[in-house]
Amino acid sequence: MSEIKKVATRDSYGNALVSLGKEHDNLVVLDADLAAATKTGVFKKEFPDRHIDCGIAEANMMGIAAGMSTCGYVPFVSTFAMFAAGRAYEQVRNSIAYPHLNVKIGATHAGISVGEDGASHQCNEDLALMRSIPGMTVFNPSDDIEAKAAVKAAYELNGPVYLRFGRLAVPVINDTPDYKFVPGKGVVLREGKDITIFATGLCVHSALEAAEKLAADGINAKVVNIHTIKPLDRELVVQSAKETGKVVTVEEHSIIGGLGSAVAEALAEEAPTPLFRIGVLDTFGESGPAAELLEKYGLDGAGVYKQIMEFVK
Amino acid sequence: MNDLELEKTAVKIRKGIVTAVHAAKSGHPGGSLSAADIFTYLYFEEMNINPQNPKMENRDRFVLSKGHVAPGLYSALAHRGFFPVEDLKTLRHTGSYLQGHPDMKHIPGVDMSSGSLGQGLSAAVGMALAGKMKKDSYRVYALLGDGEIEEGQIWEAAMFAGHRKLDNLAVVVDNNNLQIDGAIAEVCSPYPIDKKFEAFGFNVISVNGHDFSELRRAFAEAKDTRGMPTAIIADTTKGKGVSFMENNVSWHGKAPNDEEYETAMEELRKAGEALCQK
Repeated sequence: MSEIKKVATRDSYGNALVSLGKEHDNLVVLDADLAAATKTGVFKKEFPDRHIDCGIAEANMMGIAAGMSTCGYVPFVSTFAMFAAGRAYEQVRNSIAYPHLNVKIGATHAGISVGEDGASHQCNEDLALMRSIPGMTVFNPSDDIEAKAAVKAAYELNGPVYLRFGRLAVPVINDTPDYKFVPGKGVVLREGKDITIFATGLCVHSALEAAEKLAADGINAKVVNIHTIKPLDRELVVQSAKETGKVVTVEEHSIIGGLGSAVAEALAEEAPTPLFRIGVLDTFGESGPAAELLEKYGLDGAGVYKQIMEFVK
Repeated sequence: MNDLELEKTAVKIRKGIVTAVHAAKSGHPGGSLSAADIFTYLYFEEMNINPQNPKMENRDRFVLSKGHVAPGLYSALAHRGFFPVEDLKTLRHTGSYLQGHPDMKHIPGVDMSSGSLGQGLSAAVGMALAGKMKKDSYRVYALLGDGEIEEGQIWEAAMFAGHRKLDNLAVVVDNNNLQIDGAIAEVCSPYPIDKKFEAFGFNVISVNGHDFSELRRAFAEAKDTRGMPTAIIADTTKGKGVSFMENNVSWHGKAPNDEEYETAMEELRKAGEALCQK
């Protein structure tokens, strides 16, 4: 078996910023003393004058980005998801989203795959928080290729965008010649007639692995990558649910408020379908190596497979 | 404008405040009136702005960090020609563009939405930083409440502004001594305000916030100061210009009834007349 290429999407974020920074003079990157971890250090090295370290003050950083955006800059604000969506929630809501300013929030270290740092730094609530803000676009890319494309798309969109990246190196799954990132459009990665698995972020890979195992059991699962949590691709969600009659959602996020909720909302209104949400249950995370935590919380391929089997039996 | 003309203008601004809050049947007259002279000086003397082109590229920027005194800002903008003075009566009404707190999406001349205390200064700092990076000559002004500076984000922003030596930024603290729960010195004292801003790397100027000659000197000094932002600590009276509202915390966020409105407007009319005799 050949070695699967793995890249952490936070690295993709930093690299994409460098590429975009070369094309666009108005792109600036803000950090709160975490450039080494958010991987924007490469941008800082390339464009020191356009990298602004705000110190350990995330609330102020959001406001500075808001102010700069009113003067023509396109700021990418970088910090951990916990501090971007959690600590600075109200600044994002009131200083950035309410005036619909052109600020991009690059949130790294999302979910339990933060690993050893533990629950205080494992944000499993960011999608719920950001999704509820009017006018906010929410991207949760699944791999290196999609993450880079999402950063570019975020720059091209006019308005606030929340981008979710991970710390853990994850398999590259979108290295196909015809891959295209279209905001708000889900990507069908595998056709199947028995059940649809809607997955997002690093769980897209887990879903694909689970689908392989299901196929061996004679269950043909359709796998859809939902990289845009908001606006949700309602059309594809509803159509897939009608086709397969059963639906599972998989995310490295609380089952409350994220992809699972978004899909449930759409289906409850348009096509009520038996649904099971796989994700972090109503609990905090804990310390441990990322891979072990994903296994423990049932978010690796085997865990997703097992839960789907229980749902369909 | 000379000081007398500014004083006459300030009376109009105050009438606009009282009219707007009365029509809205809610709002914040106390802090609007304490800052009325500051609004007047900024919008009629200090800032490089153009009511015909509110988004003029190199305009000076203003952020009302204490966003609840929107009636003061709106009255200044209206009298400066950004929108009809008559519209002040639609303040806080359903469907009106004059929202309870500043809304940059809909109100001509508003450079930043604000209202949640502590956040505006950060945006002003971002504008000042952008100006420095682009080598633009515009200046940025932010008006803070003295109660508002109890918010921690103010000091995050102040630390950044001092660190980055943003001398294109002038912060005004409307030091009227009162917040909703009482005297700021008793609730959770932010004093000494001047020493705090000094410690954060600001040039600090203390003035009487109702004296145009002092405001003129302070803003001129701010403009001439290089290598550090300026904080103007303006000693003011909450409710200034309406006798029964002055220094009375109950007028922080309450609208006058019809009778109180008539009394307030009569006082302001007389104040205006007295200035015309000068």
